[in-house]
Parts: sequence; C-alpha cells; structure tokens
Amino acid sequence: MTSPSSSRDRVLGRVRRALADVPEAPEVARDYLVSHTPDDPAGVLDLLHDNLVDYRAGVHRSTRQGLPALVGRLLAERGARTVVVPPGLPGAWLAGSDARQRFDDVPLTPAELDSTDAVVTGCALAVAETGTVVLDAGPGQGRRALTLIPDLHVCVVEAPGQVVASLPQALPRLDPTRPMTWISGPSATSDIELDRVEGVHGPRTLEVVLVVD
Amino acid sequence: MSGTFIGMPSFPEAARDAVRDTTLRGNLRHATHTIRAKRAGAVAELDDWAQLREAGKQIKDRTLRHLDRHLEQLERAVTAAGGTVHWAADAEEANRIVADLVEATGETEVVKVKSMATQEIGLNAALETAGIRAYETDLAELIVQLGDDLPSHILVPAIHRNRGEIRDIFRDHMQDWGRPAPDGLTDRPADLAEAARLHLREKFLRAKVGISGANFMVAETGTLVVVESEGNGRMCLTLPETLISVVGIEKVIPTWRDLEVFLQLLPRSSTAERMNPYTTMWTGTTDGDGPRAFHLVLLDNGRTDTLADEVGRQALRCIRCSACLNVCPVYERAGGHAYGSAYPGPIGAILTPQLRGTATELDASLPYASSLCGACYEVCPVAIDIPEVLVHLREKVADQGGAGHRLERAAMRAATWLLDHPAALTAGERLASRTRKLHPKRLPGPGAREWTNSRDLPELPDRPFRDWWKKNHA
Repeated sequence: MTSPSSSRDRVLGRVRRALADVPEAPEVARDYLVSHTPDDPAGVLDLLHDNLVDYRAGVHRSTRQGLPALVGRLLAERGARTVVVPPGLPGAWLAGSDARQRFDDVPLTPAELDSTDAVVTGCALAVAETGTVVLDAGPGQGRRALTLIPDLHVCVVEAPGQVVASLPQALPRLDPTRPMTWISGPSATSDIELDRVEGVHGPRTLEVVLVVD
Repeated sequence: MSGTFIGMPSFPEAARDAVRDTTLRGNLRHATHTIRAKRAGAVAELDDWAQLREAGKQIKDRTLRHLDRHLEQLERAVTAAGGTVHWAADAEEANRIVADLVEATGETEVVKVKSMATQEIGLNAALETAGIRAYETDLAELIVQLGDDLPSHILVPAIHRNRGEIRDIFRDHMQDWGRPAPDGLTDRPADLAEAARLHLREKFLRAKVGISGANFMVAETGTLVVVESEGNGRMCLTLPETLISVVGIEKVIPTWRDLEVFLQLLPRSSTAERMNPYTTMWTGTTDGDGPRAFHLVLLDNGRTDTLADEVGRQALRCIRCSACLNVCPVYERAGGHAYGSAYPGPIGAILTPQLRGTATELDASLPYASSLCGACYEVCPVAIDIPEVLVHLREKVADQGGAGHRLERAAMRAATWLLDHPAALTAGERLASRTRKLHPKRLPGPGAREWTNSRDLPELPDRPFRDWWKKNHA
C-alpha cells in the first residue's frame, strides 16, 4: 500500500519522464470567430428566442411593466400553487401571482422543494447562439437546488444587458469561482435510440421571459 | 455495472457473434445513422469549425506538454477553494480511495453521475465488495445496470437496446432496485423517461454521497465542469453532502477561457446540439450551495504510459464525444461490447491497448478492429489521427510476435521466392487459371477459414494477365 503523497510523486514523476524529450508546443492559434452573429442587439435577441424555442423552452417577451402579469399568468397556466422565491428576487416580479411563496432564507429541504410547484429566477447571462441561460447563484437566482427540483422554472432575462451572442463573449463576463448552472432548454435525454426526448429529472417545463423596454 | 469486461474473447471472436445478432445490428444502425446526420448539421452551422478544431487540438497538446505544472496548479486551486485532492496511480488505488471516503461518511449507498473514468476502473464492483451500493442515475446507465449488462457506447451506454427491450428491463427489474415501474408501462420514449424519473427521485432526495467524473478541470481556477442532458448530473452534484469526483489527469485544461473552445466542440460533436441542456460548474465548495465536502481523485491508470508514446499520446486529447463511434463502419456492425472495455469504437481501439497494454489477446487484437477508412479522424473535434495511431499500435503488436505474425512472415518469404523466380510464377498462374472451376468458395485451414467466413474469394480469370497481354498486344 502506498501513501497518498507518494502516489502524487509517482504520477508526477511519470509525467515528467514521459515528457523529457518532447519539444515545446506552439502557442495556441485562436483564429476562430469571437461571434457568428452580426453585432445587432435586436438580431441577437431574436436568435436567442429562436434557439430557446428550438430546444422546447417556452419564450415570452414583456416590458418591465408587464412582467408581473406575465409571470402570474405563466404560473397560473401551469397550475402552480406554490413558488420558490430565491433571495434577492425583485418583489414586483411575483406581484401578479397568487401562488403561495416559499422563501429560502432558512434553506428549504429537498423534500420541501420537491413539494413546490415552481421557481422564478433571474439569471446572470444568456447566450444567443447556443440558446443558453446561465445562472450563477447571484441575487434573484439562489442556490443551485432551487432551480432543479421544482418541475416548472420561470427564468427572466433582461435584454439587452444580459444577452450576449456567443460563448467567447460570455465567458469573460462570468466569475468561475461561483457555482454555475448553464441551462439550454428543459431536461432532456437522447438515451433511447439516440433520439431527443424532453423531460427527465430537471424541470420539465422551462419558461423564459425576455424583458425588453 | 455488475457485469465485467474481464476475460472477454478477442475482438474478432466477439464481433462474429455480434454481427449475427440482427436485432443488435438494427438497433445500432438506426441510432448511429440518426445521430450522424444531426451532427453534420450542427457542425455545419459554424463557419469556423476547422479553426475551433485546430484550437482544441493545440490547447490539449500544449496542456499535455506541461501536464505536471497544470496538475499542480489545479491541485492548489481546488485546495484553496475548500476541496481535497487525492492522487491514484492505478484503478485499485482509486477504488480504495473512493471506498474509504464513502465509508468515512458512514453511508452505504451513493448516487452516480455517468462517468467513463469510474467505468474504466470498475468502481461499482469495488464499492459492492466494500458493502456500498452505487446507483447509476443516467438513463442509459440505469438501463445497463438494471439489465445486468455492459455499456456499449461512450455517450449512450445502452445504445444496443431498443425501446421495447428497455420497457421489458424496466418492467422486470426496477422493483429489485427500488420503486417499481408504473403499471402498464409502454415503450414510448417519453413514458420510459418518466418511469426513470419516478424511480430515481427518492434516491436523489435522500442521497448523502454523490460520485461523478468531469468533462473538464480548469487549472487556473480549480473549476470542474460536467455537461449532461437529463438533470441527474445536477442532482448528484448539488444535493448530496459529500461529492467525490474521479477524473483522468488528461482532463485538465489550463484556463477558464479555453472552455469557449471546448463548449463549442463537445455538444455539437456528441449529441449534435448547439448546447447540451445542463452544464454544472463548481469550484471547491461554496457555503450554503451544494456539497459541504468535495474530493477530487486524480487518476493515472495508464495515462502516463500513453503520454510517453510519441505517436499514441494524441489519444489523450480525447474529450469523449463519441462522434468516432457513430461514423465507424466497424462499430456499427460489431457493436460496443466486442471492444471489451469501457471505451468502444475507434477511440477505444487506440485508447484501451495503451491504457492496459497489449498483453492479452483481446487488447492485442484491438488495433486491428478497423478498416482504416479514416471517417473517425475526419469527425474528431480534437483531430486525433486515429488511423495513424492504429497503424503505430499494429507495428508494436507485430513486434511482440505471436502465431499470426509468424504465419504472415512465412507467407511473405514464400511470396518473395516466387516473385524472384518468374518461371515458377508463370507455371503457378496457369495452373491456377486452368483449375479455377475446382476452387472452393472458402479457404480451408485455421486463420484462412475465418477470413473467408465473411468474405467472398475473388474469382480468377480464365488465363493469367501476362498471357492475355501477350496475345492481344504483342
């Protein structure tokens, strides 16, 4: 039996021996595109919209003023009677809903989350080319479990400030030290005959609201 | 996984049985052709695919060149963020580390995210021996586990099963592992997915220990990345109190920015999506969000041997997308089990013999499990020249000798003599032409008989070419 520290030395030693006479690798040529999309906020937003729809998310547009009514309608249409409210979510967003609000100030248990119908959050960023919303546990998003267990996730994206076109534009705006969830459509699987089916363990319904003023 | 690849026959033997299984061939053909066309479409959307592919290749090569430094940097970053890093020289050590960590929590069950590294080391069987039950939570892994089966594809381990077979496995075996399948379960994919959701739900909610691999580890930040589709990964990575990730040392990438390349290459190559539904990224532990304890087990298990081979080391660039399996004519017909390891298909044919060596008949036969058509190289998002490595490994296998290679050398010596003696060659050719009606359709003798089992012998012309030329052109 080897002690942990000696395995570390063994592995690193083997790596160094394997590389002893390997020439220096060249600098990485990053001549790929920073974005595949023309720099036009309206076009980028349309692309985000289309790509989210393509992956079976519901997509809605709203003004800031119309947001409470829209969120209320989306929750009601899906029959959500209870909703998780992450810390820092603007109170106005739920002003148009009569769903009972469950706050996470004292952390909800997995079982409590499982018995809650929906969650409403903001996001850190959305990426148009991939149809992705990124959550980084910031204000109005909460810890990762909140958007995982309830079966309906309503996610509010503020355009154009939170929308970027591409991944190379997205990564510099994110803080890798924060726990992150990237979401591109509702839960899905390709495990049966390599064909995509929506709805496995994550929320089976994803409604994205694009706020445009 | 309760099955084992240990003691499997060589590739040609295993493949012969698989090729005769018409259900299996139908399932594989359907699935690989479905994904093939979709992948081509997803890749065609990006005008700069060739540049992204080249960047992916170069980042991996540069990382491997200084792998020691990147691993040390990763270790520092993970430790600073509240994680604990362990080093495992081989499978046995990795399994022992994980079993000890689980035992220290006092738990006897764990939930698992689909992970190639833990398949490779046979973690589930090792945990079973230690009295710990591992629940696979990826849908395809669940199908494999309930069916007491072996994985046959990197991305979709149950690709060899069609919907009807999956329905039967769920109906017959879910009850042995927890919540039974719903009554009257149909074979509609949506119903099967729903059955898996119900079956696993309570396991996720009560789980105290999660086990995963990772697609990428960012050295500069200590961030781990898991890409998935179903949300079972999020469950295992988020809900348990303790998370243990077993990751091959070649999965490190130097910088956060490098993800802009790989997160474009991987989803389009594997599931043919612009982006997979869920990606989780975490750095050490975070108060009040996710596991309170995080252990990273860095796995060698043959990778440093692979790194020492100047042609073969490019296999360590692999990001496990499985595009090479989906385009491979040999994989499509032989299926994944014939490759005898967690890594089937073209990438398995070059990775397994390097990770495990070529001492067994199976591992020595893997470099030959290819027609060298090159389709795998063409679709590889990090440009691994799989045919080049196959030929290189064949050379190594040939150098170590063996019955087949002695016969081949004897045949080559005979051919050399014949070509050096034109009169004997002409006489032989004429004799062959005159007796052509008497030739058997299949060759006799060991080796030759097997060769003609699946091939027709070419028909001989009624006279040798040189006689024909003399008559018509002299």
